[in-house]
Amino acid sequence: MLGLLWLVPAIPFASALALAVLRFPRRVVAWIGVSSITVSSVVSLLVTFSFLHTPPSAISYTQVLWTWLDVGGFRPEIALYLDPLSLIMVVVVAFVSLLIHVYSTEFMIGDDGYARFFAYMNLFVASMLVLLLADNLLLLYLGWEGVGLCSYLLIGFRYRDPENGRAGRKAFIVTRVGDTALMIGLFLLYRNLGTLNIQELMQRASQHWHTGSGVAIAAALLLLGGAVGKSAQLPLQTWLPDAMAGPTPVSALIHAATMVTAGVYLIARTHVLYSLAPPAQFAVVVIGAATLLIAGFSALTQWDLKRVLAYSTISQVGYMFLALGVGAWPAAIFHFMTHAFFKALLFLGAGIVIKSLNDEHNIFRMGGLRRQLPVAFWTFLIAGCSLAGLPLITAGAFSKDWIVWGAWSAANGSGGLWIVAIVGVLLTSLYTFRMIFLVFFGEAHTQAVKKPGYAMLAPCVVLALLSIASGYLKTPFARFLETVLPWNTAGVHAAPITEITSEVIAALVFLLGAYLSYAFFLRRRAYATRLTSSTVGGVLHRFWFSDWGMDWLYDRTLVRPLVWLARIDKDDCIDGFYTGVARVNEIAWRVLRRTETGRLRWYAAGIAAGTIVFIAVVLFL
Amino acid sequence: MTSLMEAAFYVAAVVAIVSTMLAITRLVAVHALLYLIVSLLAVAVDFYTMGAPLVAALEVIVYAGAIVVLFVFVVMMLNLGAQARDRERQWLSGKIWIGAAILSAILLAEVIYLIVRAGNVGSISGVVGPKQVAIALYGPYLIGVELVSMLLLGALVGASHLGRPAPKKTEAR
Amino acid sequence: MMSSIPMGHGLILAGILFALGLAGLLMRRNLVFILISIEIMLNGAGVAFVAAGSRWSQPDGQIVFLFILATAAAEVSIALALLVRFYHQHSTLDADAASGMRG
Repeated sequence: MLGLLWLVPAIPFASALALAVLRFPRRVVAWIGVSSITVSSVVSLLVTFSFLHTPPSAISYTQVLWTWLDVGGFRPEIALYLDPLSLIMVVVVAFVSLLIHVYSTEFMIGDDGYARFFAYMNLFVASMLVLLLADNLLLLYLGWEGVGLCSYLLIGFRYRDPENGRAGRKAFIVTRVGDTALMIGLFLLYRNLGTLNIQELMQRASQHWHTGSGVAIAAALLLLGGAVGKSAQLPLQTWLPDAMAGPTPVSALIHAATMVTAGVYLIARTHVLYSLAPPAQFAVVVIGAATLLIAGFSALTQWDLKRVLAYSTISQVGYMFLALGVGAWPAAIFHFMTHAFFKALLFLGAGIVIKSLNDEHNIFRMGGLRRQLPVAFWTFLIAGCSLAGLPLITAGAFSKDWIVWGAWSAANGSGGLWIVAIVGVLLTSLYTFRMIFLVFFGEAHTQAVKKPGYAMLAPCVVLALLSIASGYLKTPFARFLETVLPWNTAGVHAAPITEITSEVIAALVFLLGAYLSYAFFLRRRAYATRLTSSTVGGVLHRFWFSDWGMDWLYDRTLVRPLVWLARIDKDDCIDGFYTGVARVNEIAWRVLRRTETGRLRWYAAGIAAGTIVFIAVVLFL
Repeated sequence: MTSLMEAAFYVAAVVAIVSTMLAITRLVAVHALLYLIVSLLAVAVDFYTMGAPLVAALEVIVYAGAIVVLFVFVVMMLNLGAQARDRERQWLSGKIWIGAAILSAILLAEVIYLIVRAGNVGSISGVVGPKQVAIALYGPYLIGVELVSMLLLGALVGASHLGRPAPKKTEAR
Repeated sequence: MMSSIPMGHGLILAGILFALGLAGLLMRRNLVFILISIEIMLNGAGVAFVAAGSRWSQPDGQIVFLFILATAAAEVSIALALLVRFYHQHSTLDADAASGMRG
């Protein structure tokens, strides 16, 4: 059964190819697009059962498909590596993708490029699965680039509007910075350790490099650079809010559940390297902590529903980075799983709301939708509570509490980090309930015109159930991942807070946040408006709204100088050479054109002159 | 005797050259054709003195007698009048003929240089009579004869087709 | 009869006639004169062949002249037919009027 592993990425890839090349009617396109992911998910389930039932030796399974290159001793293979980590992530990605594909069959029905959309989405899923299943870093990089490409294609899907193209380009260019760092990291790793196969790499790294060696730190930091770009963390997070220009299913799949977690996966996979480079791991912590706060504040001020969710994603991935940084590896992956469920659901629900209000994105113009869109309301509410961390019921609470506890107690944890995590919980609760109250409660400013069909509601219901149920899988989850990602209980320092205390405090903070948003956004809106119009409040509001000024900063320091340079270099000597060649041709043409007079005697004279020249050549040469 | 032949050759050559020069500089087409006939006759004399009586006769009969006559017919048919002569005068003046003359002169100079450089390659000796020519024509050159007849057939067909009255509607220009 | 006209002189005569024909071709604008000049050139070429054939006392030169003659006849008939057509179409015999192939 494990031998079927290669089908998991291959089938979506084949379907993407078919959809791109051949023409099918819309219903067939929907069937192909959805069924390829269905088959992929089913195969992944079969593989899971097989893996759980009869675990292979060393709790990992490698399926070599063929050798990619064989150059001077460098021999990367197209090989799929299955262990608990990749298994979990593959199953989550496959299932969430399936639900989102079902949703998009109805959501995208009005768009021109229906087949193109599903082709891109399938290609994305295929690339993501390749990324997750890659056994060496080069193949992982292939999947990495593939998801970047599909992200660009899908953000700019409605290409006729230049704004969408700009957003796609921004996403691609910013992640490219990270990708370059990743590539340099790969070069460094290969040069020093002689392989890119992940398992061998980890082995050789722990043999050859001692903890804190410069090479290890450099390599880890470069890989971190790549992860930061793809997962939209500080300082490369500016692309994600603008990426909301893409259709909502795209935001749900790529920018909530899957692509942005590629960085988390990369760091988790190479965690041995990070253990060898404590400064790099500290960098991970700092980045995670800073991002989760910054994005949380920014989410508080947004008026576009999807942008709130975008900043929320950045913030939650920051939590995952925080967990990775403090050494609570399984906590990060668990949060990835629950986050995939509730964030995808939030986006799908937002899509339902936006579509039924005829493309209204501004939450201040929504309201009272809980009576008009009941299913959407309840699923959105469940997801929102999961995001904010409603204790005991929702999965998000379990995963977030694990991280919060890890921020205190894990190997690199400290009190300061715990406080940061708690503040993050408060912020999350605040912006989540702000969003829910403004959209679904209060008086209705815009009426819901279109009601969603079953294809859009059914995935929401399934995801809502998963957002509740998956939390109870915490202990088997940790045990399952133990072989790959050890949850190091040895370095745990507990006193003076115990885990229960931490959870209780988190729950109280959650309630505080809920109450504050209720007070400010439901009961008396005037409080909120008064706060934002006060001088300090206004400045802070604008500052947080503009993503802490980072877009402005990058524009001034990077974009404008480069554009200015390109402009003044427009006609440099190299260009001059090429235009010169064209000019010479043009001049030659103009001269030669004069010889074509169309007159008989002119041509006869030409013949005579030619004869003279030839005879002269024969005579005198 | 031989010197008479030689003298005849050179005199006829001069006549041919002069009449050709006149032929190409006339303003009226018929005048030019008449001078052309003179030139052809002189060339026929040259052929005779070179020991080729058959082609001398053919030159007169075919060239001067048929081809130039054809020219004369067509020119008469075109009926170019006095204004044609004035136009010719206008066209002939100008530096256009200097350029033409220079080109031809250079070509001629090159050819003469080639010939003179070769030195004495022999002289015309003996007469090649019609009988010899005929035997060669119907012997090794039989194919040529047939091909020429086909060529003439093609010319006949072409000329008759082109000579049909033009269609009333305007053709594509 | 034995004449001792050097072949070179015959060839020079041919060359002169040819050059004169070429000059006429390049000089004249009227199509009739152009055709006449072509005939002069053909005749000049013929003289060269006959002179060479006579030098070697072989009929080949005369035979080639015969072929040239036939070719000239064919060419003249077609050329004059075209000339008449041209005159009907353009109402002039100006060779420069037919410059539609001007680039």
